[in-house]
Amino acid sequence: MRNRWIALYVENQVGVLAKVSGLFSGKSYNLQSLTVGTTEHEDISRMTICVTSDDVTFEQIKKQLNRMVEVIKVIDLTNVPIHMKEILFAKVKNCTTADKVVAFQIAQAFDVDVVDYGEDSVLLECKLTERKNNELIELLRTSFKNIEVVRGGAVAIESISTSCAGRTEYKKK
Amino acid sequence: MDITGRKLIVKALMEEGVETVFAYPGGMVTDILDELYKTDTIDLVLPRHEQGLIHEAEGYAKSTGGIGVCIVTSGPGATNIITGLADAHYDSIPLVCITGQVPLGLIGNDAFQEVDIVGMTRSITKYGVTVRDRKELGRTLKMAFHIAKTGRPGPVLIDIPKDIQTSSGPSEYPKSVSIRGYKPNENVHIGQLKKGYKLLKSAKRPLFLIGGGIPIAHAEALMLDLMERTQVPVVTTIMGKGSVPTDHRLYIGNSGMHGKYAANIAVSQCDVLFSIGTRFNDRITGDLNEFAPRAKIVHVDVDTASISRNVVVDVPIVADAKLAIEKLLEWAEPQNTDKWLAQICEWDKENPLEMRRDRGMTPQMIMEQINECFDSGIILTDVGQHQMWATQYIELNQNKKFITSGGLGTMGFGFPAAIGAKIANPDKQVICISGDGGMQMNIQEMATSIVQHAPVIVCVLNNYYLGMVRQMQQLWYGKRYEATCLRRQKQCPRDCKGPGEKCPPYTPDFVKLAESYGAKGIRVFKEEEIAPAFEAAKQHNVTTIIEFMIATEDLVLPMVKGGNPMSEMILSK
Ligand SMILES: Cc1ncc(C[n+]2csc(CCOP(=O)(O)OP(=O)(O)O)c2C)c(N)n1
Ligand SMILES: [Mg+2]
Repeated sequence: MRNRWIALYVENQVGVLAKVSGLFSGKSYNLQSLTVGTTEHEDISRMTICVTSDDVTFEQIKKQLNRMVEVIKVIDLTNVPIHMKEILFAKVKNCTTADKVVAFQIAQAFDVDVVDYGEDSVLLECKLTERKNNELIELLRTSFKNIEVVRGGAVAIESISTSCAGRTEYKKK
Repeated sequence: MDITGRKLIVKALMEEGVETVFAYPGGMVTDILDELYKTDTIDLVLPRHEQGLIHEAEGYAKSTGGIGVCIVTSGPGATNIITGLADAHYDSIPLVCITGQVPLGLIGNDAFQEVDIVGMTRSITKYGVTVRDRKELGRTLKMAFHIAKTGRPGPVLIDIPKDIQTSSGPSEYPKSVSIRGYKPNENVHIGQLKKGYKLLKSAKRPLFLIGGGIPIAHAEALMLDLMERTQVPVVTTIMGKGSVPTDHRLYIGNSGMHGKYAANIAVSQCDVLFSIGTRFNDRITGDLNEFAPRAKIVHVDVDTASISRNVVVDVPIVADAKLAIEKLLEWAEPQNTDKWLAQICEWDKENPLEMRRDRGMTPQMIMEQINECFDSGIILTDVGQHQMWATQYIELNQNKKFITSGGLGTMGFGFPAAIGAKIANPDKQVICISGDGGMQMNIQEMATSIVQHAPVIVCVLNNYYLGMVRQMQQLWYGKRYEATCLRRQKQCPRDCKGPGEKCPPYTPDFVKLAESYGAKGIRVFKEEEIAPAFEAAKQHNVTTIIEFMIATEDLVLPMVKGGNPMSEMILSK
């Protein structure tokens, strides 16, 4: 069992997101995150999907996705050099002055921006990997009493400079 | 020149060569029906319930190899076909189902008879979509017909809002479509296939396992050729039964939960299992760890997702069964399987399929008489014990086809599917084998069979029980026959453990019921009455229910308990 990544090109149509996410719930696949947005072609959307599964299930997931009429291409990003980022906002609330200092120190250490500031709260904007974001949330949770977090799910794209030899594409013939 | 959507829909049906549509009216399809009224090339079948309708379309499609076309209204009309969609999805039956929908502007308002049928059926259709733009109607309909019948066939649902039906738009119905996300496999990977064949050739105890993919690909004749050329014996799944003649020396029988002893032992002892067109469903494999434990497995299937899902195979081959077998025939050479065949024969002698003959009229006798009395035709079943007995004893060949609900196991499938098969094949004898429970699930279709002049011979094996479930209660639940006795009435004792003198009479009276529809009814108690009943039914030009009063507590044997290894069969009580 480990995390795996898929980039999925789909028709940009009503119901496609429901169909893809319905596959994961209907077949009890363990979906970690799913993001979707349009691409350079306005009639095509691209999803970045993270699942936790064993090898056999992952093969099955790719096949099941590929079989959907609305799915144009399935790309397995698991063993490929990729750029991956997730947007995360974290609001630290009910801060004392000392809390604020700690919040700023954490922001500096994690290389994230403080984008808003109030009497007793601080807003951090983070564009990190999913894992790094997990660590940050964990740290904020232990450091402060009252935090509020919203995260967007990861988006990923293949690297340019590093070889993409490991990439497998499930193209329909 | 622009035309209305309703005109384009009927034009599409005509260009697809549709001769029969199964339709039930309602507010959101009246326009389509009005357009059909004006054609004389398309017959319309009006069922008595939309569930009957879709099973009729399935029987029609399955018995012809063509597409079954359904038209139902929005809301309840649409939800009534859901079971049939799931059934067709599992058993790969090509259907195009048009559902009416409330006008675009009302969608989302909880309008009268509005349901999100596309959303509800997403996981049980091959493709489903609501048409939201009149300009897309032609292409969407073409896609529906294309997707339903190509690759692994299946049901497609096209939901058409009322205003799309009535508004004007392009008149063109495309001759073909290209869908960038849908490219069914149309060739065979020769390298893989060769690897598979090499394995088969090297085997000492080779075995073909044949599923529903063979009849779907119309590859029966080729399969027979392959079996004979290689001398490799064949076992089938329920859906594959009849792919090769059942009286052939190389045919062993069905494998699986209620398969033949010799067939299941052969699967567990073979050293190469070459399977074509099966999903390795749990009814076939039993305990996965113990499935074909000594074998290398080759798996040919048109659906990538069916390969290496349940059983991890050694040589996966994505291909249409027909193409693969054609290629295999170029290489096929006889193998020396004499010793292996002799061994299989031994096993069959040890535990043949057999039923006691000392307990009056048995299901086996009925099946034997069906084999005797009909040398051609289409035999359909419902779901339950009677179905399993039919899969065990019915003999099939090029002239006798078998249709049953395998994947979903839908009670209520058999009778309407038989009507659909008869409508498609008016010159063939159509026989439906049903249980007393399942027959009541779509009994209203008696009227359809009468008004459509689609006479079928319905054998109702009446054991007074929902027998298949009662069998489990009998074996594993201390005969606590909760919710399975169809004679049970309010006054019956709470702790009843089986039939006795004081049991209330059975209802309905199937003979009188048949007569009330203008059909015929015959009740059969004894073995000697079976053949005369069939002869009489053959003479009738209307549907005939033959009610066979069989023993109440018979078991389907052998049986493998769900999840157990296939080699662990319960052989006798
Ligand atoms: C629609 C549906 N409901 C429930 C079942 C579960 N089930 C399977 S077989 C069976 C009993 C069938 O009884 P009957 O039609 O009398 O046939 P028998 O087994 O007695 O031959 C039941 C309830 C089913 N397969 N389909
Ligand atoms: Mg019964």
